[in-house]
This record gives sequence, structure tokens and C-alpha cells, in this order.
Amino acid sequence: MSRALRGGRGLLAALLLPVLLVAAWWVLTADSTSFYLPPLHDVFARFPEVWTPERIRLDVVPSVLRLGAGYALALVIGVSLGVAIGSARRLRAFVEPVLEFLRAVPPTVLVPVFMLFAGLGDTMKVLVIVSGAVWPILLNTIEGVRAVDGTLSETCRCYGIHGPARLRHLVIRSASPQIVAGMRQALSVAIILMVISELFAAEDGIGYLLIQFQRGFAIADMWTAIIVLGLLGIALAMLMRLFEWRTLRWYRGLREAQRGRS
Amino acid sequence: MTTTSQDTTGGRRAGAETLLEVRGLRKVYDGRVEAVRDLTFAVSRGEFVCVVGPSGAGKTTLLKCIAGLLPPTSGDVVLEGSPVAGPPPGMAVVFQEYGRSLFPWMTVRQNVELPLKQKRLPRDRRQELVDEALAAVSLADVPGSYPWQLSGGMQQRVAIARAVAYEPHILLMDEPFAAVDAQTRADLEDLMRSLWHRMGVTTVFVTHDIDEAVYLGQRVLVLSSSPTVVLDDVAIDLPVERDQLTTRSSARFAELRAHVFEQVRRAKRERGR
Repeated sequence: MSRALRGGRGLLAALLLPVLLVAAWWVLTADSTSFYLPPLHDVFARFPEVWTPERIRLDVVPSVLRLGAGYALALVIGVSLGVAIGSARRLRAFVEPVLEFLRAVPPTVLVPVFMLFAGLGDTMKVLVIVSGAVWPILLNTIEGVRAVDGTLSETCRCYGIHGPARLRHLVIRSASPQIVAGMRQALSVAIILMVISELFAAEDGIGYLLIQFQRGFAIADMWTAIIVLGLLGIALAMLMRLFEWRTLRWYRGLREAQRGRS
Repeated sequence: MTTTSQDTTGGRRAGAETLLEVRGLRKVYDGRVEAVRDLTFAVSRGEFVCVVGPSGAGKTTLLKCIAGLLPPTSGDVVLEGSPVAGPPPGMAVVFQEYGRSLFPWMTVRQNVELPLKQKRLPRDRRQELVDEALAAVSLADVPGSYPWQLSGGMQQRVAIARAVAYEPHILLMDEPFAAVDAQTRADLEDLMRSLWHRMGVTTVFVTHDIDEAVYLGQRVLVLSSSPTVVLDDVAIDLPVERDQLTTRSSARFAELRAHVFEQVRRAKRERGR
């Protein structure tokens, strides 16, 4: 009962500010005569016409697919490289300076480079997403794997838990709080890069639509595209939260127990 | 350094088969710090041996060398006739840091079962062993809990259950009860006695607590301060059935305790020199 109450209150608190902001936007733009900032009312009115099922199929789905592919690839590369680098002290000393350098290169400046090598198609766009999203996952995984507890590691050795079983039961699980933190950062990076990759020489996608609307002075339509991007971001962030809540339940419990005891 | 009780080969029963042999074990860290100088002793099959020594006597180093977790600088550890060059298959270890030796992302049951899966035991057999082991440590009612939901003593019982379910030939325990409160500690000591009694598993139990060593063991090895040698090997001729109240208040217990205490104090004094 009290938990439900607390949950309800939490939901209310989480929704309060967004609702207030939308209300403020609504009220402040209600009498707007600015061409670039149409009343929110007019923007909402455009939704059914702009975001037809056909449009969702032709533009939203390709965006989301590329995002998914790029994010999944970044996850696989980031975690596997991270585990390898995090487990080997010498390798780490060797590659870490290079990683710092590569991470410092903004992925957006790589878009023209990727266009040269991978053309203008989906491959380029997926690569752009990977090039940005891989870093938070990789660096966090390295940190997480480094911090695997010595006693747990010895326990594994004693009971003959090595190789793939050790990776699965010890290394990945033990590093999972950091890996998930990296995944969360990577998600927002990936969404940004999804849009950016579609601003350059694209044929479909939400970012592509956004630019088309802006160039065609369909300003209200452009605003709907921005809102759709925002909603997509919220939906994915919520999925992320759900995933985190499920996979890191043990971690929250452990932390709470440690706080309670100290 | 040898004392009277050692020339009677300590408490080793004559004719019993030697399970573990430590010969001339020496461990030097980083080529400078000599933790263990020269340790030689043997443990018979089915024996319960306690190892005591002042803190910093290299007890943990010794245990890790026996467990194959640390390579000795020189000397040998031989378990069941074969030299130990890595954790041997028939061995289980219980560490002091119970909170850090259980997998916090696994339930109690999963923690106990994982080594058995690794041993590739069939599901039915695993189930049976896990149930038996949890019942043996009186934790049959919490298989679905996570370790961090349990008290320290219960967590250590999970670690013991995991070791027991593994059906080891030798059980190594590194100050397993040092971090729990006194009452829990007494309960865990009795649990260990009864488990050993029932299973007859060879046990090497490292502790800094002299009373605990005398109460638990059939034999107590007294280590010197670092660099470590075996100072004494005391046979504990207390009755097999032991009880926290009567055993600890018996005259023989007091004598043995005083004897071991004297050895440990000597070890500390010699270090001070």
C-alpha cells in the first residue's frame, strides 16, 4: 500500500515539471504571430496529418532500425573490447592513451570521413552511431572489469570456474552496474548521432524529415518532428530504466544493505 | 624450535593415510618480504587441523599456497600424492570475507549450485546436494534470498554450505568466523564440529583465536611470527563430542589452551627481539 502510494507520488513528481513546461509553452505561444514559433496548438493540430502510418513506416522505422543496429553494435564492441582491455593490465597500459585520444574526437566531425569510406547509405549512418556510442560503454566496461573483487575472483578459481563461465558469472555480472551506466550515456549519444547522420545526405529518417520541413518552411511540421524526437528519446530512456531496474536489482539491494549496516 | 609434542608426531593417528603434505614451504613477496620461511607438516585424511599464530604470521599466505592460489617461492605442497600447482579439483575454500565471497547477483541456492554446475553434475544430483547442504547449515528456508538480505553469520553459513555441497576431499578455512559476533561465532563453531563429524572431511582451519583452535581441532599447529615456521604441533585430546559450555570449562581445555597460548606468546616475544 505504502509502496504503491510512494510509486504514485514519484510518478506525479516526475510528470509535474514536463506538464508545467508544456503548459507554459502552450500559454506563451498561444498568441504568437512569429513565423518560426507557431502556437503549440497549431503544432499539435499538424500531428495527424504529418505523422501518418505511412510516414512512420517510411521515416521513423528506418531511423529506429539504424539506431538499434548502431547501438547493438556499439554494445557488442564496447563490452567485448572492454572485457579484454579491463582484464589485461599490460594491454590496458598500452591502449589507454590511444582510447583517450579517440574518445576526444567528436563523432560529428567523423561524418564526412565515414561518408568518404562508407558512402551515403545506412552503413555510414550506423557507423556514425557506433563511433560515438561505443566510448561510454567501452570505458565504463574497462572500469567495471578492473574492479572485479579479488575474493570473488579467488572463489571462482577455487571452484574451477574459469573461461566462459567466469566471464558470464563473474566478470560481466560484476561489471554490470558500470556497463549499464555506460549504456545509458551511450543511448543519448546514439540518439543525437542518429539525427545528425540523417541531416547529411539522407533519403529518409526523422532527422531527414526535420531538415526537409525546415527547408520547405513548414515550420509547424518541423516542430512536430522535434517533438517526435523528444518522445522517442523519452520512450527509449524509459526502456533503459526498465532494463536497469531488472538487471541491477541485486546491486540496489546490496547498496542498501551496506548503507544500512554501516 | 621443536617442542616435546612434535616428536610424537603431534596428534596424527599412526597409520592414517597422509592427504596433504607441506614440505619446506617458503614464500617471499616481491623478492623482499619473507612471509613464510620454512613450513613442514602433514595432514592425515579425515583430520581437523587448526593453524594458529599471531596476526601477521603468514597464516593466510600459507592457506593460499595450499589452495594453489599463490605459488610458493620454494618448497612443495602435495595433495593426495600430486603436487599443487593451481587450485586442485577436490578442494573447497571458505574465506573470512563472507560478504565478498558470495555472488551478490545470485540467490543462496544459485551460489551453492554454481560450482556443482561447473563440475557438470546432473540436475537431480545438484538439487539433492544443494538441499542437503542448505539443510545441514540450517538454511533450508532461504534458498531464494540474496546473500545481502542475510546476516553475516547466515552469509558465512551459505559459504560453508557451498563448500560442503562441493564434496571436497579437503576443506580450507581462512579465519572464517573472525568477522561475526561472539554468539554467532559459537554457533558456527558447533556447526563446523558437527559437519566435520558427519562428513569426515579433512579440514585445515586457520584462526588467530587460540580458544577457537583448541575447541575445534584434533590438532593445533602453532606458527611463529613472520618469517614463519611451525613452532609447535599440539594434539588436542579432548573428547570428540564437544560442547561450548562443558568443553570450554574443562580442566584439560584450560591446560591445552594455556599451552598453546604460551607458544603464541613466545612467538610474539621472539618477534619483538
